[in-house]
Amino acid sequence: MKHKTFFWFFLPTASAMLLFIALPIFSIVIQSLFTPHDAVIIVTENCDPFGCKQETTIDQEATRDLRKSEPLGKFVGLEIYKDRGHLAVNEIKEIWVEANNFTEFRNNIGNLPFYRAIAFTLTFTFTVTPLMLVFGFIIALAVNSLHQNLKGLTIFFSLLPMIVSPLIGSLVLFWMIDSRGIIGEALQYVFEDPDLSLKASTGLTWVMLIVYGVWHATPFSFVVFYAGLQTLPLDTIESAKIDGASRLQQIWYVVIPHLMPLITFVALMQLMDNFRVFEPIVGFSAEAHAQSLSWFIFNDLGGETRLLSSAATSSVLTIIGVSILLFPVLIRTWRDFNEKSAK
Amino acid sequence: MINRSLKLPISLKASISIFIVFWLIIAAFPFIWTLWGSFKIEADFFSKADWMNALYAPRTITEKGGAFTGDGYYGAWVQENFWQAVINTTLVCFFVVGTSLTIGTLGGYALSRSSYKYTFWLLITALIFRAMPPITLVAGYLLPFYEWNLWGHLATTVIVLVAINQPFTLWMLHSFFQKIPKELDESAKVDGCTQFQAFRHVIIPVMWPGVITTGLFSFLLAYNDFAITSMLLSQNNQTMVPKIASFMGTTQTEGNVMFAVAAVVSTTAPLFIMVMFFQRQIVSGLTAGAVKG
Repeated sequence: MKHKTFFWFFLPTASAMLLFIALPIFSIVIQSLFTPHDAVIIVTENCDPFGCKQETTIDQEATRDLRKSEPLGKFVGLEIYKDRGHLAVNEIKEIWVEANNFTEFRNNIGNLPFYRAIAFTLTFTFTVTPLMLVFGFIIALAVNSLHQNLKGLTIFFSLLPMIVSPLIGSLVLFWMIDSRGIIGEALQYVFEDPDLSLKASTGLTWVMLIVYGVWHATPFSFVVFYAGLQTLPLDTIESAKIDGASRLQQIWYVVIPHLMPLITFVALMQLMDNFRVFEPIVGFSAEAHAQSLSWFIFNDLGGETRLLSSAATSSVLTIIGVSILLFPVLIRTWRDFNEKSAK
Repeated sequence: MINRSLKLPISLKASISIFIVFWLIIAAFPFIWTLWGSFKIEADFFSKADWMNALYAPRTITEKGGAFTGDGYYGAWVQENFWQAVINTTLVCFFVVGTSLTIGTLGGYALSRSSYKYTFWLLITALIFRAMPPITLVAGYLLPFYEWNLWGHLATTVIVLVAINQPFTLWMLHSFFQKIPKELDESAKVDGCTQFQAFRHVIIPVMWPGVITTGLFSFLLAYNDFAITSMLLSQNNQTMVPKIASFMGTTQTEGNVMFAVAAVVSTTAPLFIMVMFFQRQIVSGLTAGAVKG
C-alpha cells in the first residue's frame, strides 16, 4: 500500500488516539507539575475607638480572575509528587530515622495512604493473576473431557462472571456477602460467630476483593486455554502414553508446554488489567480497608472539589507502574514480529 | 479428544463432573440468586433473622400480598428514572460501536495491507495505549472539557470511549484482515480499482465475521464502562453503570437497596441474552486476541 493511501485510511483512528489518549497523557504530566493558585488574600486594617485590628479576607473576584486566566495554576515542579498524599519523601525520611527496626519502618510506611494503595494494588495483582491461571487451566481441562453437548452450556455459564461490568459483578457478590446475605450468614454459621462481617476487618476485605478478582478473571483464562486444548497434538499425547507417562505426566510434559505461549499471554494481560483494579473497591464499599492506585485517582476526581493536580500526579505514577508491567509484553511482541519477518 | 475422554476411569470422571458442577454454581448462582431476590422486599432478601426468608419471602407476602413484588423495578425505573439511563446507554453503545468499527476497519485494513516497518511501530503504540488504565486519562480530559463546555454531554463521552477502544479494535481487526488473502484486493487493483474501491467492493463483503466479533467487544466496553462515564457525564446523562453506583450512595434509606438490585438485574439481562446469541463470536474473539496478541 502506498504511503499516501495508508495515511488517509489511518488518519481517523490515528487522530482519535492522538487527541484522546496521547494528548491527555501529555497533559497529565504537565498538570502534575502545577497546583491551583492560592486564594488572593487582602489584609485590611479596621480602626475603631478601641484600637486597630488587622483583618484578612479572601478577594473572591481576584481569585476567580487569577484562576480563570491561568487554569493550570502555578508551577511547583515535583512538589506534589513529594507531598504526603503521594510519595511522602519527607515522611519516609522521618520514619527511617525514627524506626528502630525494619518491621517498625515497614508498619509506619503502611500508614501512608499512597504506599498502602501500592501495597494493595501489588498484592491484588500478584495473587489474582496466578490463581486465575491455575483455576482457568483446571476448568479448561475438566470441560475438555466433557461430552460435546455439555461443553457449550458450560462455556455459556462460565462466561457470565467475566462479561458483566466489574462494578455490577462486585455488587452482586457484595449483597450475598453482606452480613444479612446468604454467604454472610453461612459464614457466621460455619464460624459460629454471629457478629462476623467480612467488611469489618482489613484482612478479610482484601481476601474478599481477591476472591472477587479471581471469580471475575478466571473465565478469560479458561476460554483461552480451552481453545488452546483444541489444537493439542494428539500424536504427542499418544506417544507419551506409549512411553508409559501417567495422566499427570502427560499434562505436565505435553499439555502445559503446548499451552505455554497462551499462558504467558494471559498472564501478561492480566498483570496489566489487575493493576488497574478499582471498580470492585467501589462496589464492595471497601475503601476504608483497601485502596488501589486507580481508586486514588477516582477519589481525587470525584466529589465537589476536583483535585486535578493530585489526580494527575497519581495518574502519572500509575502509568509508570503500568509501563513496568508492560515491558515484557513489548519485548515479546518485538520478538514475535522479528521472527515473523525473518521467515 | 473424544477418544481420550472415553478412556477416563469412572472415579476421575465423577470427580470431574463434581468439579464442573461446583464451578458452574460459583459462576452462575450469584446471578440467579440476585434475579430471584430482586422480586422480594429488602427485609426478606437481606434478612437478619433467617436466610430462608429470601426463599419463602414471608415479609413480602404480608406486606405485598404475594411472594413476588415488582416494587424494586418500579422504584428504579419510574421513581429513580432508570429508563433515562437505559436510553443513554443505548445511545452511547450504538454510536461507540458504529464509530469505532468505521474508523477501526479503515485503520486495521490499512495496517494489514501495508508492508512498511512503521505499521509495526503503530501497532506497538496501540498496544501501549491499550495498557493505559482509562481512569488515568480522565484528569487530562476534565480541564479542556470544562473550558470549552464539553463536559457532561453524551457526544463527548462517545468520542472518548471510541478513542479508548481504538487500540484494541485495531489489533483485533488487523489480525482478522490478515486472514483475508491479499490476492483478493490485489487482483481488484489490477482490474483498475483504487485501493478504496478494492476495499469497498471486495473486502467489505467478506469482512463481517471479524467485524461482528470486534463490534461485540466494543459494545461490551461501552456498556460496562464505569471509569469514564462516571467522570464525564452529568447527572441527567448518566448511563446505567454509573447510575447504579449513584443508587448506592443513597441506599441508606430503606427500600433503596432493592432499587439497586432491580437495576443491576435490568443491566445484566441484556448481556445474558447477548452471550446466548453470540457465545461463539465472543469465544473466538478472546482467543484471536490470545493467539495474535
